Amino acid sequence: MPNPVTDFFEALTDRTRTRLAERGDAQKTIIQIGSATCEHAAGSQDVLEEFTKHIQASGRDDVIVHKTGCTGRCSKEPIVGISIPGRPPVKYERVNREIVHKIFTQHIQKGAPLPEHALDNSLDHQYAFEFVFCQGLRCNHLGGLKESFEQLLRQHKIPEDQVRVSTHGCFGTCSEESVGQAAFVLVRPSKVVYRVKDQTDLELILREHIRGGRIVEPLRVTRKPISQDFFDLYADVSFFSAQNRIAMRNSGIVNPESLEEYISLGGFKALATALSKGDPEWVINEVLKARLRGRGGGGFLTGQKWKLATQNEEKTRYIICNGDEGDPGAFMDRGMLESDPFSVMEGMIIGAYAIGACKGFYYIRAEYPLAIKRIQNAIDLCRAAGLLGKSVMGSGWDFDMEIRLGAGAFVCGEETALIRSIEGERGQPKVRPPFPTTRGLWGKPTCINNVETFANITAIINYGGDWFAQVGTEESGGTKVFALAGKVKHTGLVEVPLGTPLRDVVFGIGGGVQDDKALKAIQTGGPAGGFIPASMDTLPVDFGPLAKVGSIMGSGGMIVLSEEDCMVDISKFYLSFTQEESCGKCTPCREGTTRMLEIMERITSGKAVMEDLDKLERLARLCQQTSLCGLGRAAPNPILSSLKHFRDEYTEHIVDKVCRAKKCVALVRYEVSPDLCIGCTVCARNCPTEAISGNRKEVHVIDQNRCVKCGQCYEVCRFDAVERK
Amino acid sequence: MNHQTSTTDNWDAVRAACLEILPEHIVAFIEQNQDLEHSEGQLIATLHMVQAHFGFLGRDKMHAVAQLAQVPLAKVTGVATFYHYFRLQPRGKHIINVCLGTACYVKGADKLSQRLMDDLGIQFGETTKDGVFSLDSTRCLGTCGLAPVVMVDDQVYGPVTPGEISIILEKYSRREKSSRL
Repeated sequence: MPNPVTDFFEALTDRTRTRLAERGDAQKTIIQIGSATCEHAAGSQDVLEEFTKHIQASGRDDVIVHKTGCTGRCSKEPIVGISIPGRPPVKYERVNREIVHKIFTQHIQKGAPLPEHALDNSLDHQYAFEFVFCQGLRCNHLGGLKESFEQLLRQHKIPEDQVRVSTHGCFGTCSEESVGQAAFVLVRPSKVVYRVKDQTDLELILREHIRGGRIVEPLRVTRKPISQDFFDLYADVSFFSAQNRIAMRNSGIVNPESLEEYISLGGFKALATALSKGDPEWVINEVLKARLRGRGGGGFLTGQKWKLATQNEEKTRYIICNGDEGDPGAFMDRGMLESDPFSVMEGMIIGAYAIGACKGFYYIRAEYPLAIKRIQNAIDLCRAAGLLGKSVMGSGWDFDMEIRLGAGAFVCGEETALIRSIEGERGQPKVRPPFPTTRGLWGKPTCINNVETFANITAIINYGGDWFAQVGTEESGGTKVFALAGKVKHTGLVEVPLGTPLRDVVFGIGGGVQDDKALKAIQTGGPAGGFIPASMDTLPVDFGPLAKVGSIMGSGGMIVLSEEDCMVDISKFYLSFTQEESCGKCTPCREGTTRMLEIMERITSGKAVMEDLDKLERLARLCQQTSLCGLGRAAPNPILSSLKHFRDEYTEHIVDKVCRAKKCVALVRYEVSPDLCIGCTVCARNCPTEAISGNRKEVHVIDQNRCVKCGQCYEVCRFDAVERK
Repeated sequence: MNHQTSTTDNWDAVRAACLEILPEHIVAFIEQNQDLEHSEGQLIATLHMVQAHFGFLGRDKMHAVAQLAQVPLAKVTGVATFYHYFRLQPRGKHIINVCLGTACYVKGADKLSQRLMDDLGIQFGETTKDGVFSLDSTRCLGTCGLAPVVMVDDQVYGPVTPGEISIILEKYSRREKSSRL
């Protein structure tokens, strides 16, 4: 039966294919450069300019620059990828103008890659083929296929430096399979996926593919693994290969400003599926089956929320994308909005269709100018292509959206406050119930979902709710993106299946604590979250387990703290944040956070008594139980969880007047060691208050009354003679 | 609820007075919104435009917005003071924002702040006497991977050490000096 939506989608993909074919990029050398706020800060725009100059100077028309978003490998930016047709792509890290010249003259012009600049030493071993075995539950069921393959390679004396065997998170290829047992294997750089049942199949691959260089057609599957494009480009980098990219599958691959590229990567197929079925309930059921829980922090089942909105008799309904990412230390939403805006958009349109919304709003922080620009561009392009506006994709259903800017109020991340802000009011929360799904924006039923929640929707529709659910845990399906930062070797955006132990994220992907210091705690959930002590690092990341130890999943900030961090100081930092951001509407939060902060100030300045600790705890519980909105209720979490796990540090501050991490300035004193000081006068010259006295070649002395404890002397002394006590 | 544009008999005079304060495109934006449903929801967007144009929201400007949009001045001021992003005072030519997000904080943003305050001789929220720099703190710029970071106007610098502060400041003050010559 002909369906207007299917016809529309076919015409759209045909048009895109023709246009991309005209560009003829497949035969060209592609220089891929990241373009997002963080990449720009690291200097990617200079790199882009330099490459453009080099291309012009060389006169080559078969080399093009491809702008993409950010992959989330923050500490190694700017990252540049070079793809020469027929060869595996090479990525370079921390590229500057000088390295651009080397890459261009040696790699692009002469075909000799530069291992010394390769991302994470990924060029140290180059393999002719890499076989990536799917690690999904279903594929793993068979067990031992990877091991048999490795054994087979050894038997046939295939050199180890020629073929590499590795594993990766679930491909999603199994979602349509109903019969038989098999495992899936992706071969790089051939871009082929095989369905392998047994030893015979493995032998066939070895004979045909490795020896003969021919693709084994009978074993080949046409369905594309969910993050194949991502594997193709990045699977040789350990930071990425341990991740499972669903929400961020296109980040760093697609040009975030090109609708055509998004469509060529399977974009808008999910929307076409949803619209062509003509049944919003089917969409809601798939999302329910997926057990997708809100990624903004609350963890409410998305399908359930949508269902509630549809049960309302009022037909004017709204959908809102919450991009007011105010949590200090979190940047996944910015990453997705800047790097893959269309996928967030498609998810949102599907959500709007499911709840029958007529209008959608993006609420984005004004501090994210690039994200705003890219979303606006995406809205314009979608509107022009008939993907938004009157009769979306020819379905007869009208839907449009617009951007509303935040203005730097953390509380606006709370849904009722966000609604007030869109209405043009001060962003102060309201009492719930009624929940926004009943009475929200302008009194109409409203669904508010997080950016990452929407980014997962297309994958659920394309690969099925059941598949999505089995990626995660019993309680919650799918993956979660974390912004890994703090004292960790590799910072960046990390997407792992829910249920992954914290340890695997921090040590496996993050590479462990910076400077190999001891891990003290992991903080999740930002100012509303809590601390998880190092002793609990095997805890699985999921909504339930995190809540059990006094933290929350939150929106996905993950800050690694080492032995050099003071838990009291960090708790004070979070509290000062919520205190400043408290909207002032309800007393427990407004006054409670202020009083708690005063107590924390006393503790860190050595003026507190043990009674204060009880007061602090009582106030914290009061604030937690009686505040109006989530901000106030969660504000004491850092205090309560640090009191629970690190009470001895508080006691040390109060009783012994000691800060073991040497972070609390008032409790630290600087002294010059007479044995080590050679009298070079450097410390005295750098002291801002002239507190250090002593002649040349004589031992110096710090006058404790004048010392402001700025630590300058400690940093400038080349003989380690200044001691911090 | 829809606001009528002309509720007073001296509307032309009011409008002319507002046009002297606000640039045309903002006046056009407000007037065009008046005809839409839920026009009061555009107040924050309007204030964003005013701030983008003038760098801050002065009393006269807020008054003009209130007049044109036909909302009480108290509401405009209420909204303007609620959100941290809006400024009520004129700013320096270059705005320095120290990120005080968690990642920057654990990596020493407090030391950067101290150094900036010492070097510029001002506190957070203040502007130098010559009007070149304003110093501010911000909650997470979302570039945690580069922590600690300092943002001058739209340019993000990171990771920055206290020693590099003077080099960054020098870059801008030199540009200022040469443009004055």
